[in-house]
Amino acid sequence: MLPELCLALIIAGLTAYALLGGADFGAGFWDLTAGGASRGGRVRGMVQRSMTPVWEANHVWLIFVLVIFWTAFPVAFGSVMSTLYVPLLIAVAGIIFRGTAFALRGEAATINEARFLGALFALSSVLVPFCLGACLGAIASGRVPVGNAAGDAFASWLNPTAITTGVLAVLTGAYLAAVYMAVDSARGDLEDMRRAFRARALIAGIAAGGVAIGALIVLRSDARELYDGLTSGGGLVCVIVSAVAGFCTLGLIWRHSFVAARAAAVVAVAAITIGWAFAQSPDLLPGELTLEGAAAPDATLVALLVSVAVGLVVLIPSLYWLYSLTLSGRLDQGYEPLDQRYRPLDAGSDEVSG
Amino acid sequence: MLPAVDFLIVAAQQLTTALGEPTQNDLLAAREMQAMSFIFHIPLVCFGIAFPAVVVFTEGLWLRTGDPVYKALAKRWSKVMLVLFAVGVVTGTILSFELGLLWPNFMATFGDVFGLAFGLEGFSFFLEAIFIAIYVYGWDRIPRRAHLLAGVAVVITGVTGSMMVIAVNGWMNQPVGFDIVGGEVANIAPWAALFNDQLWFELTHMYLAGYLVVGFVVAGVYARAWLRGERGRYVRAGMIIPLAFATLAAPVQLVVGDWAARTVAEDQPVKLAAFEGLQETERDAPFHIGGIYEDGEVKYGIEIPELLSILADHDPNGEVEGLETVPADDRPPINVVRLSFQAMVFIGTGLAALAALFLLTWWRRRALPRSRWFYRAVVAAGPLALVALICGWITTEVGRQPWIVYELMRTEDAVTDAGGLWIAFGLTAAVYLSLTAAVIWLLRRLARQPLEAELEADVAEGRS
Repeated sequence: MLPELCLALIIAGLTAYALLGGADFGAGFWDLTAGGASRGGRVRGMVQRSMTPVWEANHVWLIFVLVIFWTAFPVAFGSVMSTLYVPLLIAVAGIIFRGTAFALRGEAATINEARFLGALFALSSVLVPFCLGACLGAIASGRVPVGNAAGDAFASWLNPTAITTGVLAVLTGAYLAAVYMAVDSARGDLEDMRRAFRARALIAGIAAGGVAIGALIVLRSDARELYDGLTSGGGLVCVIVSAVAGFCTLGLIWRHSFVAARAAAVVAVAAITIGWAFAQSPDLLPGELTLEGAAAPDATLVALLVSVAVGLVVLIPSLYWLYSLTLSGRLDQGYEPLDQRYRPLDAGSDEVSG
Repeated sequence: MLPAVDFLIVAAQQLTTALGEPTQNDLLAAREMQAMSFIFHIPLVCFGIAFPAVVVFTEGLWLRTGDPVYKALAKRWSKVMLVLFAVGVVTGTILSFELGLLWPNFMATFGDVFGLAFGLEGFSFFLEAIFIAIYVYGWDRIPRRAHLLAGVAVVITGVTGSMMVIAVNGWMNQPVGFDIVGGEVANIAPWAALFNDQLWFELTHMYLAGYLVVGFVVAGVYARAWLRGERGRYVRAGMIIPLAFATLAAPVQLVVGDWAARTVAEDQPVKLAAFEGLQETERDAPFHIGGIYEDGEVKYGIEIPELLSILADHDPNGEVEGLETVPADDRPPINVVRLSFQAMVFIGTGLAALAALFLLTWWRRRALPRSRWFYRAVVAAGPLALVALICGWITTEVGRQPWIVYELMRTEDAVTDAGGLWIAFGLTAAVYLSLTAAVIWLLRRLARQPLEAELEADVAEGRS
């Protein structure tokens, strides 16, 4: 029971990271694909405005997942980190460049500075979810053996399953980001942005759904046990829930009901991470280590669960305050198309726009 | 005393690591990579634990006096705080990854003993991220009282977070809260591991170091402006407030340093012996200033009789254990530890002297010292405080070697078996270099805007 509770915490943290942090990476995806400096200026301004107050807090979910993982399942943690060190190192570098370049772009003084920092931010935003998604695929397809760097440094994550999960992570983030930013645009009465992100949400939603279906075909040949887990019992229920919620999201976006679409999108993504846990059960590292076998002694698990429970009592009201301030627009930054900001400076005029 | 040491050596031989014995040829690369990451992260930690208090104090001054100078400073500093926090978030993330990427065997063997501390730290960090966002983006947008309280929450979560990380470091130096039964870790008592004896002095020492670094670095920025001839009220307040914090911390730090040395003498006699390079166990142990440790003795140093005994024992005749109580394999690299320790102590003493000068002048004349040399000293004090901070960490971390978990697990047994560590080291070094450049660029960019700009919202709304 205790190991299951700890796993539930990890899955909950991972889901929160996918929904919040993943959307910040997705915002970077739209920044990357926004087009030239003047054409993409408005979209980039929106990305800057939507991410600014919350991205640091969103990122912390990843730390949350890591610490619970290593405390509750130390041997599995050591095995995963040492085998998958290549994609994890790339992800770490990406995390650094993403965060720093984003923070710096807020202070950029010329369009060229903003362009360079933006490119760094946006490329990292695609690289990080791909690598982290690929790591999950590597674990799920049973390519991480127990031991110190016992698995293959490259084949473990450069294989059909891992690459598919990586791509799926990128697309899911992009899809979530488009839905969230459509809501933000509607709140900010930015009609053209609302339309732009509606279109992006539809495209990304269809692409993510397509890849998810394709992923099942890939899994069937590449990771049969995972496939069987996803097509029976609790795994199957989650897959169906995710598919239904995904279709609902698309319909709601089509009908311009963005707030409802946001809720449905959250369900669609959460169902995938939960379904993964069901599909792998009772293994933590498939074919290598069961959840029971991987778990730390009860004393540690109890202490961990107690402290997480106490922590959540403080954390949830605090998060509620942050998100209620953010979602009510009280922390909103003034919207400014990113290319416009530099016009006065570039032209050498003293006039300040916005 | 000796039987206990024997027992621990036996215990070390008995521990079976969870992932087997590594065969890593590039242990040095892993160690250097970890050290580099800490050296970059720790100054940012100072700004996470001490700077919020300075900022909130300044905001409090504004709320009490209504003087817009204080508001402009607090608002500007809060932006700097956010930038440094954001960079700290990413460098902290690197560290938590590196724990697993570089030391999987350490995590696999002991993660369930000390992991709890990181769990609590995760929550603190989370709360700090939330409240810092509300604080910095909430200026003029949320009620003043709520805003100040958000700032107070940042101060508190900064302290609790660093406390938990230091609890883990304390535990590595004094591993408690478990037994070793049949070569395996058993009978884990996570709370006992968390509240080990080393935690309290390490936390106090680090916390005060945070105030010294932040106080002198920030005051140094305004002291430079003063030297350039900018003598307005902004510059004056911007220097005095952080300097006051550093001034209060500096003398206390000397006392805490003494407490730290005595605890180390008791719990880790080999580390203390390395501070001096003391070969044999002796009474009336001397302390050498400067010099170099070679062939079992300190050469070219200035000898001060009995000082080490006084330091370790508060007794000039006190017995201090020497390096030879353990085999050569179990001793840390003496010169690195010695030089770091000495640099830390001398800089710390110098900073305390500067603080005393400031305090004395202020007490007698209610004014700043007039000499330009005082301002030059304040400018220099910032970087020096950073050097002392890093030297302090080298002293305790390298002083613990060759152990990752003191007298139980060797660093070489904790390392990953993965290849290409020097490549990873090179890449990480490049990343940190560009990160350093970026932070400096950004802070200069922030500093270039006139401070009056922080009050634009007030002017627009017709407030003073």
